[in-house]
Formats: sequence, structure tokens, C-alpha cells
Amino acid sequence: MKARAFSYFRPATIAEALAAFAEAAGDASYIAGGQSLVPALALRLQAPERLIDIAHIPELRGISLQDGSLRLGALTRHVEAHDDPLIARYAPLLALAAPHVAHPAIRNRGTLGGSVALADPASEFPAMMLAMDAEMEIAGPEGARRVPAAAFFQDLYQTAIEPGELLVAFHIPAAHPQHRCAFDELARRRGDYAIVGCGAMLGLEGGLVEEARIALLSVGPVPVRARTAETVLAGGVLDAETIRRAQAALADDLDPQDDEQVPAAMRLHLARVLLGRLLGRIAEAS
Amino acid sequence: MTAAVPVTLTINGETLTRLAEPRETLADFLRRDLGLTGTHAGCEMGVCGACLVMLDGVPVHACLTFAVQAGGGAVETVEGLSESAVIADLQRAFHERNALQCGFCTPGMLVTAHGLLVRKATPSREEIRDALSGNYCRCTGYEAIVDAIEAVARRRAAGETAAAFLEEPA
Amino acid sequence: MNAPLGTLDRPNSYIGRSVSRPNAKRLLAGRGRYVTDLVLPRMLHAAFLRSPYAHARIVSIDAAEARAMPGVRLIATGGDLAKLCKPWSGTLDHFKGMKSAPQLPLPLEEVLWAGQAVVAVVADTRAQAEDAAEAIAVEFEELPPVVDVDAAREPDADRAAVAVSDNLCFGCRLDTGGIDDIFAGAAHIVEEEFHFGRHTAVTLEPRAILADWDASEGKLTVHHATQTPYQFQDLYSRHYGIPEASVRVVAPDIGGSFGMKLHVYHEDMAVVGLSMLCGRPVKFVADRIESFVSDIHARDHRVRARMALDAEGTILAMDVDDVTAIGAFSTYPRTSAVEGNQVIRLMGAPYRFDSYRAELSVVFQNKVQTSQYRAVGHPIACAVTERLVDMAAARAGFDPISLREKNLIPDGAYPFTSPTGYQFEALSHQKSLARLKVLMGYDALRAEQAALRGRGIHRGVGLASFVEISNPSPAFYGIGGARISAQDGAVLAVTPSGEIRCQISVTEQGQGTETIIGQIVADQFGIGREKVRVITGDTENTPHGGATWACRGAGIGGETALQAARKLRGNVLSLAATILQARPGDLDMRDGVVVDTRGAERVSLAEIARIAYFRSDTLPKDASAQLTVAHHHAPQGYPFAFTNGVQGCHVELDAETGFVKILKHWVVEDCGRIINPLLVDEQVRGGVVQGLGAAFFEECRYDENGQLTNGSLADYLVPMACEMPDIVIAHIETPTADTALGAKGCGEAGTAAASAAALNAVNDAMAPFGASIAQIPMTPTRLLKALGTI
Repeated sequence: MKARAFSYFRPATIAEALAAFAEAAGDASYIAGGQSLVPALALRLQAPERLIDIAHIPELRGISLQDGSLRLGALTRHVEAHDDPLIARYAPLLALAAPHVAHPAIRNRGTLGGSVALADPASEFPAMMLAMDAEMEIAGPEGARRVPAAAFFQDLYQTAIEPGELLVAFHIPAAHPQHRCAFDELARRRGDYAIVGCGAMLGLEGGLVEEARIALLSVGPVPVRARTAETVLAGGVLDAETIRRAQAALADDLDPQDDEQVPAAMRLHLARVLLGRLLGRIAEAS
Repeated sequence: MTAAVPVTLTINGETLTRLAEPRETLADFLRRDLGLTGTHAGCEMGVCGACLVMLDGVPVHACLTFAVQAGGGAVETVEGLSESAVIADLQRAFHERNALQCGFCTPGMLVTAHGLLVRKATPSREEIRDALSGNYCRCTGYEAIVDAIEAVARRRAAGETAAAFLEEPA
Repeated sequence: MNAPLGTLDRPNSYIGRSVSRPNAKRLLAGRGRYVTDLVLPRMLHAAFLRSPYAHARIVSIDAAEARAMPGVRLIATGGDLAKLCKPWSGTLDHFKGMKSAPQLPLPLEEVLWAGQAVVAVVADTRAQAEDAAEAIAVEFEELPPVVDVDAAREPDADRAAVAVSDNLCFGCRLDTGGIDDIFAGAAHIVEEEFHFGRHTAVTLEPRAILADWDASEGKLTVHHATQTPYQFQDLYSRHYGIPEASVRVVAPDIGGSFGMKLHVYHEDMAVVGLSMLCGRPVKFVADRIESFVSDIHARDHRVRARMALDAEGTILAMDVDDVTAIGAFSTYPRTSAVEGNQVIRLMGAPYRFDSYRAELSVVFQNKVQTSQYRAVGHPIACAVTERLVDMAAARAGFDPISLREKNLIPDGAYPFTSPTGYQFEALSHQKSLARLKVLMGYDALRAEQAALRGRGIHRGVGLASFVEISNPSPAFYGIGGARISAQDGAVLAVTPSGEIRCQISVTEQGQGTETIIGQIVADQFGIGREKVRVITGDTENTPHGGATWACRGAGIGGETALQAARKLRGNVLSLAATILQARPGDLDMRDGVVVDTRGAERVSLAEIARIAYFRSDTLPKDASAQLTVAHHHAPQGYPFAFTNGVQGCHVELDAETGFVKILKHWVVEDCGRIINPLLVDEQVRGGVVQGLGAAFFEECRYDENGQLTNGSLADYLVPMACEMPDIVIAHIETPTADTALGAKGCGEAGTAAASAAALNAVNDAMAPFGASIAQIPMTPTRLLKALGTI
């Protein structure tokens, strides 16, 4: 299980990285943490002629709060999502999801940018970006642009990033103190890809749900926002009946498919169970 | 076919430059070029944890990192961690508790345990098991490994320092 | 707790003591020497092009482009290796009517499973070999794959291999008679259809072999990650026509085996031939993807079974039908029929009943071959038996413990012959169960269970008694014509400085073989064990023997070491008597010194050795200074040394999600004399986790085309630290009287009953829902289906 041969280039700036990609006439891959890419190369599922190692580009680093928005450089590591105090305060769904992402050594090296750019529908961070209405900052030959999460995840492993473009940073509307967040997932073993996972972020004010944002992973080709369930919750009291109706509403939000291991009906059932438990947890804590 | 390129790394405290094909993983590089065969390849896809090394102070999979990517970095393998005796108490506890059988997973287990105790001095048994979630052992049943790490955390908390271990008679 | 073997209150009495493993320190320092680590001068690397189809005919192979690629030294096909290597067939003479298609290192015309090696590439690096393998064009003509075990047995079924007349590899029947009448008259009958998934061993070190043919000397040296170097010395010799004495097989540190690394694999046989063709050392290390499609798999049984009881809850009879699907041919040289054979013979083994009927069908299909893996057959027989016992208890209105108490073979009833023909020398089922009941706090668990059910928390308690086969005699393989030794040998010497060197045929895979052998030898000499060097795993440096499998390391290897040590000790005392002008019977060894009857120190072992080796001129002319002895030991008396025990499992079922948390697991086991409790406990714990892996996680899944769909370590779920419980172990010791040592074996005990106890525990948790499951692994999907949720 050895990768096919490739050449290696380590740019110091975004501009150098973009130029290097252009030079390779499309037959190149960016690599940062490499925690998903390296196995794909080892299995020869991918075999670019050139690897462009973006892990040493300072512009892709940094965690800062700017104008009510948290900016996370694409090179932010999984372990930082767990440990960083700014993330814990302003993007708590990332911190809650982080311990469920693979295993400690993977989290030491894997990056948020890599995880989101790969857009594995079973991954935690892409779904949480969707739940938090993050914007993805993307650099390309034509300059930089921003894409909201809702438009970013397009299909299985397909995102708004065009070939040659580079994911630079995430801009996440900072959570307020009245936001209540919960995350959980059902995985066969700790760190495995989940059968289903869910993050919920509720704005609670005076016993009422002011806003609800819910995203699920492993329920289809892309991470999914549970808009119908969110509508059920918004404006009401978070009681057992509302939770039950939100669970029921997932039937409209999700369209899981049968796979070898998990029938579609089971996935929907487990999503409902999970959502109910998360909402119950939030209700109990508030 | 792409030519080997020079890679400069600090390995177990020694800075050296070697030629490596870009496609060579850090695990293969350590094993082939430097004879550091304590780093084991069990799955070559970041699942089993047998290849864990310390890279710039934290445990990473040597099979999920190309040697060229690690260029400029500092790597510590089980051999280096043994020689510097920073894991001597872990090795002793593993030995006393028989927390290894075939030994193939053991270097990775030690690196995980070392990384865990650096992050958290006195983890619970549950936290130890969680930290081991990416370290596969087919022989022991894990309990002895958890016991050994827990014992070291307790001993360190009690102020016991790591004494020489490997040189003592078994 | 150990019954004393000799005098235990003297220095360096090691038998029965928990001491750590000297060789583990090397492994802890990263200084293990596994085959994967070895590098020889001019060494080349092999990779294989593999069949994408489960069943196909090879139409053509075009390797022209690959031959010209950088670093490529050789590309070999089936025909190239067939010129060197004689074919093999995995049958045993005492399995009447057994058949299997002959095998060669690489196929000539027909591929039998997806992943079978078809073309070998040898190159300077493994990466180059893989590059070239990708560039080889093989044209296949697909043949219909045999994947369904029932369809395979239809009269007009497609055949899994052209060379077999039908898909029944082997079938047999046991019948004590009158079964139908007994069931017709029984007060209670329970029956169930059980499904056991395919598992595989997933040793952390994959298979690895380094073959070095030296034409100048006519000598083959193979560094081979295997449990059984002597078996492979014999096989390489006979299949490649090399005199046995010119074949050396070295098994250094082995990264796990569990039975998987004692079978012949096509790639391994090929690598020997590749080295002969290249005239250079050739190494092959299976990568993890290759391991999943070429290591043996195991289990894969469908068992229909029923049990009859009288009105008082006494078991009257069992009736069993086991169908097992083994792949397209039978594994060599141990065959793929042994597991099924043990399944039908171990059914009901812990219980006293007279009437039994069983039918076994061993069926070919186009998948990787199955064969012996840890606790061969035990988990299946145990799960079927113990689940039926629990069902019977529910039906007849007994608590699971009390029905077992009533039916277990009484501890005073030995020797006892089972209805399947196994002879039990002395087991301790009743004592073990009584101990377990206390150990797990059974009554408290039941009370807690009842209380929690009221709060919607569903816990379950499961029990499983078991019998384990250990120390097989020649009746196991030798009688069937396989050259697999039932005996072991040791050569023991006092070195010139008064230390002991023990070269012994049992091998080490981490279970602690070298440690216990060292303990036994040191114990017999009364010397510190650091003065005993144990050497294993090299056919050129150790005497021929069976090596380590089927739990024979302690029972047979240990007895061999004990007898050899006693023989050498006798020689030492005899020589000491000559030197001291005393009678040997008046002398003893204590802490490395010969002492007299009063305990006075007379002469050290080192001094005796010095005189023997360097100053024999000072000895009388008729003195015999034999400080090296050889001893061989084969089981005599009972054909197997059976062990027994009972396990308990406590689980919590999340009835909404189908997820199960294993709360705790208990084992009481009786492996005869315990040499090192620390090592026994960890062997058992490791075995339990393999059994729990089978119960909840592990399964090789195939699609309808015979393609393995989860053949990676990310997709095949091995049990990991977070999901495994703490495991409490206790022991009963009933030493075998067949040997002086009295040890039996403990390697399979954990695996034998863990999945059965878990199956019963989950069913117990589901009982309030009126649901049940009879399939392992018990996945959330299967449990939610059983609960009627989906």
C-alpha cells in the first residue's frame, strides 16, 4: 500500500500555492494535515502528479474575533477546535464536536480546512459549519470570495471550491451567551464515522426559542440543515410536545438512503432519537 | 517517477539531512533509512496507531505524514523516548502489569500514553480509554494498558520520578 | 492457591508466581525484531497483482510494460512457480471423503476468490513492485461465483472450483440413536437457528516472510512470522524438493498470530520460489488490504439446533445441524474442516446428557478460505449450547443459574465421556459456577436489573459455561497424515559459567512462552530465572516439535521443559556427588548451589560447570559429565487435556438505538496448574475481548458477487479500548494427572465463551420486549430489527 510517485512543493504564500497549482495543469492536490488525503494516496485512489503542501503558509493560520465574527484560518487543527478558548466561547459547536472527530493523533494533525474542503458527509466539522452559518473564504486565481455554508456543500465530496482554489478561512457569526448548544452522534466505536450525528444551537430568551439551528451528518450526500424542525422550534417553548414535533419534522428534512449496514428508516429513526435527546438536554439545562 | 529530495529533520534530538522520495511516509523513512524499526506499520491508513511518533511535541501517525511534510520538524520515536528516559515510568508500569503481549502495538501505546499525560496529568480510566481509541491491540484486552497508564499518572502525581528501567534486570 | 509441585518455600520457586516477562522489555524499548523489520543484503520486495473477481478464468497475462519499469527484477506467473513447487491439497485422511482442489503458489488458469494473488512482481522497493503490478494487464473471463451456502449444495449448483465434483468439502454425522423418540416424548423442547459471521484474526503485524535461497550452499533460510517453524521447514522442504536439513525457518518476534499464521498461504509459498528464481532474498509483507483478502477467515456457521428436557428441567438430548462455508478450497495442511468438526463435538460439552445427533456440512464457496483461528469451533458450540440452556430455563421456569447447577456434569463424576465421544479427565463446572455467582454478585445484579427496568433502563446478565480443548495428541493431525508434531523437544545445558540454556520447540507470540519455560527450568534448579536463557523459534537451533498452538505451550512445552530440567538436574547432582564423594540422593540444589541434607552449601553450579568443561582431568575416569540433555515429550493418556470454566457478561441495552454497552465481564476458569497467574489473566482477558469483538463488532461482509465489502481496518470493526469493559478473572485449579506439571492451557478460554455470555446477556436485556436474537455480531441494526423498531 504505497502511493504512486509525485513531486512535492512547499509554498510560503497563498499566491505561490495558487501559481504552483496552475503550473501543474490541474494534476495537483493541496495537502495540509493530510489525514484523509494520505490514505487515499496510499490506496492509489488518488494519484496527483504534484502535492502542494500548504501547511506552512502563515496567511492560513490564526484564530481571531473581528466585528462579531470568529475568523478561523483553514490550518486550524482539530485539537485547537477542542482547546481554543475563543472557539469554545464563540463557536461552541466546533468544540463540542471535536472530541468525536477520529482519534487524538488525527486531531493533532488534521485541519478544519482539510475536513471542510473534503466535505465528507459523515464528518462533524462540515455539518457544524452549516449549523453555524459559517462563511468560507476561498482564494483563487481571480482573487478571494466568500461562500455561505448553505451554498458550499453541493454534492458528495463536492463543494463550491473550484479546482485550483484554496480554502483560506472560516468566518463564523459569534455565538451569544444566550445560545445553547449540544452535539452528539451515534458511532459504533469511539471515533468511528457516525451512523448519524447532530448539532443543535438554540437561541433561548425568556423561556422561548428565539432561533434554532440544527444540522445533521451522515444522513445523505451532504451535511443537512433541519429547516423544518427548526421552524417547529422557533418562537415556541422547548417542552416535550415541541420536541416531539421537531423529531417528527425530521421526516421532511432528511432523505437518507439505504446502505449495506443501515436501512434508511433506521437512520431517520436514530436521527429523531438523537435530536430528541439533544433538545431534551438543552431544555433540562436551561 | 520523481527523484528523491533532501529532507532535513531533527530525529530524537539529532538534526540530519537525508534523501527521500516524496511519496515515502515518515514511517517508512524512519524504518528504512534510519533503522528506527520501533515505529511499526500496522495499517498504513491511520487507524491502528502502531506508527505513532511525537512530531513537534504531539503524537501523530507516521503513516499519515510524508517524510517531506515533516521536513524542518522534530520527531521523537520510541527509541528516542526510551533513551531520554521520559517514558521510563510508563515502560516500567507496562512491564509490571504485563500490558503488552506481542508488542507490536506497544510503541504506539507508549506514545499515546505519553501524549495524554502531557495534556492531562491525572486522567480518569474513561479518559484513558478515550485517549486509546485510536490504538488497536489484539492481545491484551486493553485493561492492563489502562491500569499501567493510570498507575503512572498516580505515581507522577505523588511526586515519584522516573528511575532507570531498561537497564535493570527483568 | 497453587497446589505445590515441589517445595515452594525455597528460593527461586517460580511455578505459580506472577513474574513479568524478561523479553517484554525489548519490545517496550522499540527493539523488537519482527520479520517486517528485517533487512538482508541485496534484499528485494514482492507485491502481487490480485484477482478482482471471485471466480474467473485467466485468459491472458501481459507484463511487457511492467517488466521494463524501474527497479523491477522479476515478474512471475503461476506457470513459472509450478515448475519449482509441488501442489498441495488440504485434506486429512481421517476425515473420510474429504476433498479439496489442489493449490499452487499462483494459479495456472482459474482464480477462486476476489483478492487471490495472480501475478508476482519482485522489485528493489515495495513501491516499485506496486507500480509494476498496476501496469500488468490480465484478461479474465468471469465465471459464476458460488456465494450462497444453500445454493452451493443444490444438485445443479455451479462449482466453486473446476477441480471439485461438487461443493461439499466434507460431511459427517454423529448419532447416539433414538433422538426422534426422545424429542417426541420431551416435556420441553427449545430450538433456534443461529448465524455466526465470518471473522478474521487481524494480527497487528500483518503476515510477513523473508525467503533467502542461497544456491551456492543449496540452502533456504526463511524468516517467517509464524507460530510453527518446524511445520514450514517440512513443507518448504517437501514442496520445493530441498533436503529438510537445508531448510531453516526462523520465527523471531511475531506481532500476533492467534492461529492465523500457521497456515500455508499462496503468497508465502510463492516468495520461496521467487527467491529461488531471483537468487536473492525476497521479502513480502502483506499490507492491511491484502491481509483482509488473503489471511484466513474463520467461523461462518449456520447452526440449527434443538434441545429436549424432561419436566424436571433435566437435559435429555441435543440435535444439531451445522453448515459452514469455508471458501473455495480447504486450507493446508490443517484443513478447513476442523472448525466444524469441533463445533459438533463440543456441543453440550459442559452438561450431563446421553443422547446426541449432529450433522456437519462443510461447503465450498468463492470467498477467502476459512480455517483455524483462536478457540477453533468453541465459540459456536458454546453460544448454541448456552443460548439453548437459557431458552430452556425460561421455558421450564428456572433461573439460568439453577438450570445449569442441575445439569452441569457434577465435579465428582469424572472421568466422564461426552455423548460426542470426548473423554474428560477431571473438570470443575460446579465449583466454577459457584465461584462466578459470588464473584459477579449475581443475586444483586438481578435485583438491580429488576429495579432499573422500572425506570426504562434495560440491563442484561448472561452466563456461559464452557469446555476447552487443549494439548492435542497425535490423534488430532498426525493420525490424518499431516506432518504436524504432537510432541515437543528441549535441549538443556549448563553453560561453563553455571547458567542454563534452554532450546525448546514451543514458540513465543507474546503470550509468555519463554517466560514460563524459564520459570519452570529455574524452579527445578532453584536458580534465579535471570540465569536461564530460553531460545525458541529457529529450526536450526531448537529441536523439532509442534510449537505453540491449541494451548499446548504450557501443557506440552512446559512438561517437556520440566522433564528436561529434572534430567539435567539429575546429571548435575550425580556429577556433584562424584566431585564431593557423596551420594546423589543426599544432595539438592538451592539458589545455584548444591547443598547436602543438612542444608550446608557444598559446591556451586558454576564450580561444577568449571570442572566439567575445563578440568575434566580432575574427575575420576568413569565420571560422566553430561551437562547437556535432550528431552522430548508427547501427550500420553488422554487424547486431549480439556479445561473448563464459566463466564458472565453484564450489558446495558439502549432500546431506542440498538446500541449495547458492555458494563463488565467475569471469567472463572480452570486451566490446571497455573505457572504464572499474571500471564494467564492477561491471556484470558485478551481472549475475552476477541470473543466480545465477535459478539458485537467483527464480521467480514460480502456482496452477492463474492466481493468483500469491508476489507479495511476502518471498516472491519475490531474491539477497541472504549467499548471494552474491565474483566474480572478468578481461577479453580484442577491439574491434569497426565503430566507432572499438571498444566493444561488457557489461550482459548476467553474467546470460547465470551460471545456466548454476551449473546445471553443481550437476550436477557431484550426479554421484557419479547424480542430475541440468535446472530452474531449483534449490531444495532440487527437489534433494532429484533426489537421491531425498524
